[in-house]
Amino acid sequence: MNQALNQINTTVVAPVVADPLVIAGRAYGSRLLVGTGKYKDFAQTRAAIDASGAEIVTVAIRRTNIGQEPGQPSLLDVLPPDQFTILPNTAGCFTADDAVRTLRLARELLEGHALVKLEVLGDSLTLFPNMPETLKAADILVKDGFSVMVYCADDPIQARMLEDIGCVAIMPLASLIGSGMGILNPWNLQLIIDQAKVPVLVDAGVGTASDAAIAMELGCDGVLMNTAIAAAQDPVRMAGAMKKAVEAGREAWLAGRMPKKFYSAVPSSPSGGLIGAK
Amino acid sequence: MELIINGEALTLSAPLSVAALLDSRNLTGKRVAVERNGEIVPKSRHAETLLTTGDRIEIVVAVGGG
Repeated sequence: MNQALNQINTTVVAPVVADPLVIAGRAYGSRLLVGTGKYKDFAQTRAAIDASGAEIVTVAIRRTNIGQEPGQPSLLDVLPPDQFTILPNTAGCFTADDAVRTLRLARELLEGHALVKLEVLGDSLTLFPNMPETLKAADILVKDGFSVMVYCADDPIQARMLEDIGCVAIMPLASLIGSGMGILNPWNLQLIIDQAKVPVLVDAGVGTASDAAIAMELGCDGVLMNTAIAAAQDPVRMAGAMKKAVEAGREAWLAGRMPKKFYSAVPSSPSGGLIGAK
Repeated sequence: MELIINGEALTLSAPLSVAALLDSRNLTGKRVAVERNGEIVPKSRHAETLLTTGDRIEIVVAVGGG
C-alpha cells in the first residue's frame, strides 16, 4: 500500500524537465516567436508581446523617413535589445542582394548582432519565397558570419540545402504570409522536421491557436507569427492564447500521442460488468 | 554637391560628414545605420567620413514588422 502510494506520489511530483529551444547555441524558454508589425500603437505592441511570452521578436529595417517621426519613441525603445532578442528580418526584399544589404545594415544598427531572419520574396501577390535567391543570400550571409534563420518553401529538398549551407533554423511556411489559412500541408512539414538537425519553426500562415498547436504537435521546434496576433479583435488576448497553444502542442508532442485506430475502436470503460448482461 | 539620400535627390553644401548629415536630421544618438554606395559606414567612422557628390546614402531604422 505504502509502496503503491509512493509510486503515485513519484508520478505526480515528477519535476518538469526544462525544455529549451536552442538556436545558434543560445537557449530560449519560449517557443513562440512574434513579429512587431500591424499593431495599433507601441503600447499594444508591447502588451501583446508581453502576453505572448516571446523572447525573440522580429523587426523590419526601413529608411528613416518611413515609419518614424523625429522625436517620437522608436520601436527599440519599446522593445529594448537587452530585454528581447531582436531578430531583424528582410521582409519586403525580392533579391538576394537587397536581403544581404538589409541585414548588414541591421547588424550595424544592432551593434554586431548576428542572429537574423532571412526572407526573399518571389511575388508580391502571394509573398511566396523565391528559393533560388533565398539559397544565394543564405550562402553569402553564413559566410559573412551571420546566424541565419530562414523563411522557406515547405520543400524538404531545399530545406536540406539551406541546412547544408549552415542556416541555424529552417522556417517553412504553413500557408501564405498573412493569410491565416493554417497548416495546409502537414505532410511536407513532417518530412522537413524528420530530417532536420537544426530547429524547424513554422513561419507564416498560422491563423488561430489550434494552428499553432498543430504545428507543435507535428514536432516543430517553434512557431513564428505576427498577423494572427496583431489582426485579432483583441491582440493581447490572442497573444496569450498563442502562448498556451504553443505550450500545449509542445507538451502533447513530448507526451507522444496515442496511435490513430480508425477501425478498431476500444472503449475507455470496462467492456464487462454491464447491467443487464447475460 | 548632389546626393541621393533614402532615394531622394538633394543638393547639400560640402564639406559634409555622415555625422553632420545625421545631426541635420535630428538622428544623432538614435539607433540608425548608414550605408554609402552599398557599403556600411560604421558608427565609429561617421565623423571622419565625408560625403562626395553622387553618393547614394541609405539611413535605416528598425520598425515593426513580421
